[in-house]
Amino acid sequence: MGVVVQRDACVGAGQCALVAPDVFDQDDDGIVIVLEPEVDGALLASATRAARLCPARAITVSA
Amino acid sequence: MPARPRIVIVGASIGGLTAAETLRQEGFDGDVILIGDERHRPYNRPPLSKQIVVGDWEPEHAGIRSEAEIGSLGIELRTSCTAEALDAAGRVLHTSQGDIAFDELIIATGTEPRRHPLVPSALTLRTMDDALAMRDRLRAARRVTVIGPGILGSEIASAARKFGADAQLIGRSGTLTFGGVGSLLSSRLAALHEEHGVELTLDAEIVGTRSDAGGTIIEFTGGTSAPADLVVAMIGGTPRTQWLASSTLTIDNGVVCDETGQAAPGISAVGDVAAWRDPYSSRPVRVEHQSNAIEQAIAVALRLVHDEPAARPVPLFWSELHGTRINAFGWFDPTLPLVSAPGVGDPDPTVLVSLDDTGRVHGAVGWNAPPRQFRAARAAVAESAATAPTMASHP
Repeated sequence: MGVVVQRDACVGAGQCALVAPDVFDQDDDGIVIVLEPEVDGALLASATRAARLCPARAITVSA
Repeated sequence: MPARPRIVIVGASIGGLTAAETLRQEGFDGDVILIGDERHRPYNRPPLSKQIVVGDWEPEHAGIRSEAEIGSLGIELRTSCTAEALDAAGRVLHTSQGDIAFDELIIATGTEPRRHPLVPSALTLRTMDDALAMRDRLRAARRVTVIGPGILGSEIASAARKFGADAQLIGRSGTLTFGGVGSLLSSRLAALHEEHGVELTLDAEIVGTRSDAGGTIIEFTGGTSAPADLVVAMIGGTPRTQWLASSTLTIDNGVVCDETGQAAPGISAVGDVAAWRDPYSSRPVRVEHQSNAIEQAIAVALRLVHDEPAARPVPLFWSELHGTRINAFGWFDPTLPLVSAPGVGDPDPTVLVSLDDTGRVHGAVGWNAPPRQFRAARAAVAESAATAPTMASHP
């Protein structure tokens, strides 16, 4: 499954990097960085949870 | 529930859509019907007063999911459909497009902006169409007066300056507020606005308005006045519950729910319209933040599908004013001044915390904060929230 982010929508809350630290990080301005663009298993579960919780709806996890 | 259970969700904004998506992701295979009274597909509201109103984004960019994606999740979206009344015992929703029977109903109708009683012509902001109209007026304005010292008022004043207009921000309590942080950031916010040329009048009592060729003149007690060619009022919202007036639900500044979001058997409420019982104070508390709507929607969907108890959402909210990014997480006691995070001797700190005298961190504010530092403060808030209930954000 692929992880895609919309960086100009990111608000830098850091929700994703807390929920799925193996998939997401933040740059110096707090904006999301994808560490693992292809995920499955446990990483897919945590990336899906991060996408659901993202306050800016800036993360999409898709086939 | 009958052979093919049906969950109906009223309100197609972030709370309603998140509930619908989560129901499907968690394996609910009955009908999911999502109704919204706007003509648009679901979109993010926080950008309305930020990227949309300053013209950085076109409306499509705030859309959350395409109609095709919503369809592929098996969610039946009905736009331009208004909920008119609820028969809670009979489990029937009356709408402008006919009656819909349900097994479970999720109410996510949000709030309606309050109009200023003495300045009825002031623009307000709730929908995409409101934001586009405000953008066009801001673009043409030379002098903008914003009534309302909260986050939204600050954002519109910031937008007016970005367009190059003169901006005046008016409050009556003497301070600027920032959501659940209350007035604790007031002096920082005031300094930021003044540095960017916003004129602050924070202790003004409006007595009326008059008009002249140049626009609207707002009059204050003491005979002073403020002229403007655009007046905006951002003075809070009231829950959109009029359509529930004839129902048996308890309505008291929102739909009153237990601490799992249930208002009555088969009926739940999430987001700005919902007043969930707060486990700390035992009182119904309504929270108007996007992340709260998301977390309540997830909690209700998990309860309906798996009968899982709801985790209590931790407030999370943010803004960007004059290019400064401000994040807040947790709860803020108005009697506890914000302090620099423990161990950080920065005289002009980028992370501030609400720290009580037992050493518990209730909330954290990032002010253009380095992300790692803010995440560490968030972790401290989450840790202390997990060990004991903490105060409500709006006591």
